[in-house]
Amino acid sequence: MVNLKINNIDIQAKENTTILEAARQNHIDIPTLCNYPDLSIKSECRVCVVEINGQKKLHTSCSTVVKDGMVVKTNSPKVLNSRKTIIELILANHDANCTACPKNYNCELQSLANKLGIDKNRFPTVLDIQPIDNENPVLIRNINRCIKCGRCIDMCKNVQSMGVLDVMGRSKDMKITPAYGKFLTDEFCTYCGQCSSVCPVGAIIENDDTDRVWEALNNPSLHVIVQVAPAVRVSLGEELGMEPGSIVTEKVVAALKYLGFDGVFDTDFTADLTIIEEGNELIERITNGGTLPMMTSCCPGWINFAEQKYPEILDNISSCKSPQQMFGALAKSYYPKKMKLKPDDIFVVSIMPCTAKKYEAQRDEMKIDNVHSDVDVVLTTRELGKMIRQMGINFENIEEVPFDKPFGITTGAAAIFGATGGVMEAALRTVYEVVNKEELTDINFTAVRGTEGIKEAEVEIGGQKIKVAVAHTLENAKTLSEQVKNGTSPYTFIEIMTCPGGCIGGGGQPYGTTKAVRDKRIEAIYQVDENMPIRKSHKNPDIIALYDEYLLKPLGKKSHHLLHTHYSSRKK
Amino acid sequence: MIQQKVISKRFGKVDPLSIDSYIKFDGYNALEKALTMHPTQIIDEIEKSKIRGRGGAGFPAHIKARALANAKQPKYIVCNADEGEPGNFKDRIIMENDPFSILEGMVILAYATGAKKGYIYIRGEYQNAIKIMKMTIQNAIDKGYLGENILNKGFDFNLEIRTGAGSYVVGEEFSMIESIEGKPGRSRVKPPYPTDKGIHDKPTLINNVETFANFPHIILMGGDNYAKIGTPSSTGTKLISLSGNVKNKGLYEVPFGTSIRDVIFKLGDGVSYNRSIKMVQLGGASGPIIPEYMLDMAIDFERFENFDSKTGTGAIIVIDERFDIFDILLINMNFFVHQSCGKCAPCREGHTQIVNLLNKIKNHRGTEQDLMSLENLANVIQQTSLCGLGQTSMTSIISSLRYFRDDYFAKVRY
Repeated sequence: MVNLKINNIDIQAKENTTILEAARQNHIDIPTLCNYPDLSIKSECRVCVVEINGQKKLHTSCSTVVKDGMVVKTNSPKVLNSRKTIIELILANHDANCTACPKNYNCELQSLANKLGIDKNRFPTVLDIQPIDNENPVLIRNINRCIKCGRCIDMCKNVQSMGVLDVMGRSKDMKITPAYGKFLTDEFCTYCGQCSSVCPVGAIIENDDTDRVWEALNNPSLHVIVQVAPAVRVSLGEELGMEPGSIVTEKVVAALKYLGFDGVFDTDFTADLTIIEEGNELIERITNGGTLPMMTSCCPGWINFAEQKYPEILDNISSCKSPQQMFGALAKSYYPKKMKLKPDDIFVVSIMPCTAKKYEAQRDEMKIDNVHSDVDVVLTTRELGKMIRQMGINFENIEEVPFDKPFGITTGAAAIFGATGGVMEAALRTVYEVVNKEELTDINFTAVRGTEGIKEAEVEIGGQKIKVAVAHTLENAKTLSEQVKNGTSPYTFIEIMTCPGGCIGGGGQPYGTTKAVRDKRIEAIYQVDENMPIRKSHKNPDIIALYDEYLLKPLGKKSHHLLHTHYSSRKK
Repeated sequence: MIQQKVISKRFGKVDPLSIDSYIKFDGYNALEKALTMHPTQIIDEIEKSKIRGRGGAGFPAHIKARALANAKQPKYIVCNADEGEPGNFKDRIIMENDPFSILEGMVILAYATGAKKGYIYIRGEYQNAIKIMKMTIQNAIDKGYLGENILNKGFDFNLEIRTGAGSYVVGEEFSMIESIEGKPGRSRVKPPYPTDKGIHDKPTLINNVETFANFPHIILMGGDNYAKIGTPSSTGTKLISLSGNVKNKGLYEVPFGTSIRDVIFKLGDGVSYNRSIKMVQLGGASGPIIPEYMLDMAIDFERFENFDSKTGTGAIIVIDERFDIFDILLINMNFFVHQSCGKCAPCREGHTQIVNLLNKIKNHRGTEQDLMSLENLANVIQQTSLCGLGQTSMTSIISSLRYFRDDYFAKVRY
């Protein structure tokens, strides 16, 4: 233990703790800007500087380790003035038109300026307006708002191993951009959106599609339906001021009804459907000598990654569409038939924890027999939060409503799609029982749960032991893809999710997602699973009915037409 | 005799391209002697000599050397020849006139610390010096003074030349390390210091060219004798790059303790047409600006430390009465606007605002409030910047606010 004094308070801290950590453990707040939990210490914004006795210069508390006998002042006049000056400097080179920014009231720079008592800036603006990168349908980069904190670079390069964004130029011309200051579309961007989730300001944000949804809702000739992804039920509450990990499944339904949707459905239903199709595909590949290992296909970031970086292994990826697109396909075929509507009159919205889903929905393959895409608009959790706020809904106290029919019944297996390892667990529950023709004694495959980067398990299926693996983040996806590419993969089935923690940590989730928050969401999603009366996809009576009445059989002709897709190399 | 030639004693007398010429002129005697000593003895001699780094910061050389000697393999030695500070040309002149002395110093330190690999990082603009150093390395390898099994003593040390691409900040040690690794020159958070985690996170020692060139002389003279040169707080000699409005511009070697006035008038022969000196900038763009009445100040690290600046590089830039303080400050500050790497906020954003304020004041549009903003901002940049660039770039502003305050008041509107 190290003894030191911070602001005249005697403090004990563990060795190698930083001054910032020691202060926060003792309820002394030091403001930060470039610092973000779980990311590396950058010490670039210099906002967290403190005064250390006997030292002429100020030191950043995020990077300075405590020493015995240290006397630290976190709020001396010199420190407060320095912090204020630095924020004023940053503001003078920032498009500070706050009310015209989607991050208004959600902006770390704005709240910091407010906290430090900045009501006018001593420095005139030196902002040199640059064009906005809105070449892609997913992420908008407004470099005029960028404060060069480097969080997005850290996320893209170190967590996701992509390195799409990096520093260009120096001094006042320094920018964080794709190569040569061009567009994200020039790069191997997977649109995972993790950069947008850590950006403290509004420099990288998802393409806001809420206006298109309002327009559709107000169009009387359209039948507007919506699907809600598994991960959204444990995160939308957070977006609207509730505790992380609050389970708000039926509040979401109620709010969506309030917004005016004609039908509110659960993507969990098509997640169950995915398990049936994907499970059967796996069984088929194992028994008929198909390409193995089979890799999951529900994550659009991962598909973008594989198509651009590993086209050699596209055959390994399951041909199943993602649950979102399976829903879209059914919504524009089976649903209108059942409801006696014209497919083109149906407008499908999905609420996703994800930014890459926006890209997926626009793919050419994702149109079944229609002019329009199967899924017309994808909103992130954050965008739905915005609509609910616009509508003035008191979300926390709204009366809960169940999902609409058809697609009414869902299972716990589908809910856990939202966490890393969930698709694997759901698939194993079904594949095991279908092939081995016996009930699982314990349906909880805990080996594939948790936030370790790459998880492994061994399961006995049809008398043979198969190895499976689960990876999240593209860094880990890269490791497993390399093995598959080189033919050294020991696995039969691999689940891959692009975002840390899986969809609950998606790029479209509420701001402020950290490991601690992700853990709470994961806990909640397994709670949702526990609470479900049915926890295996193949036991879902509505799924059974759908096959009886429409699809006829898994991997059948209709399934292939509606629920399966193909991938193509986009190697640049 | 005001000059005392130690480092420069061979300048103009040896053929810089010939190792034989160097050997004829005492060359490699120090290495031969060093190889008979125990490595720790060498560091002890360096400690006794009390030599401080010649790159500007004046850090005691033996502390770094001992830290590297105690570090695990692999470890690296780097010679900082990225002489980017305006007004300095001493490293170039050493490289062009006595290149083998640098190599000899590096090999001695490699032997003392156990490093097996070294780099000489030379400023990209120094094309001639780069050529010479490359030839020097080859010659030394051919004669067995470098490379594998040096002088048949079973110790290896390999050297590689790295060149900059015009960035000023790579002269800062961590930026240089990043650059050697092939990355853009941007500093890192300290601590850990380079002797803990340097190139590829392995222990690395960085010294200035002049520091390395001193080591052979320390070994030959003995640390105690070396310490007799100069002043108690700053031992040895200093190469002075004298430039600006002075008759005899050039490089001079004087013992520490010599006064700035003696350098300007006795060696530099004063200012043309007997113009009076308005100010002198010490060390380069990142050094303080002092008025004429302070010229009796001795060249000494301890004196320079009062300015919170790395003024120890030994540049003296003389500026005569015809110039306005704001002209000089703007030249300096525009330089830093261009050279900031952009990594940390105060340096990236601050320099532009400093230039704005200076222009405003210079053009009689500034108010007292602007003067206060200037002073405040200069202090914040100095106090909070990540690396040596921002921590020292404000020295000329801060010192001018102290010594030339009337010049500011004359311009400010009330």
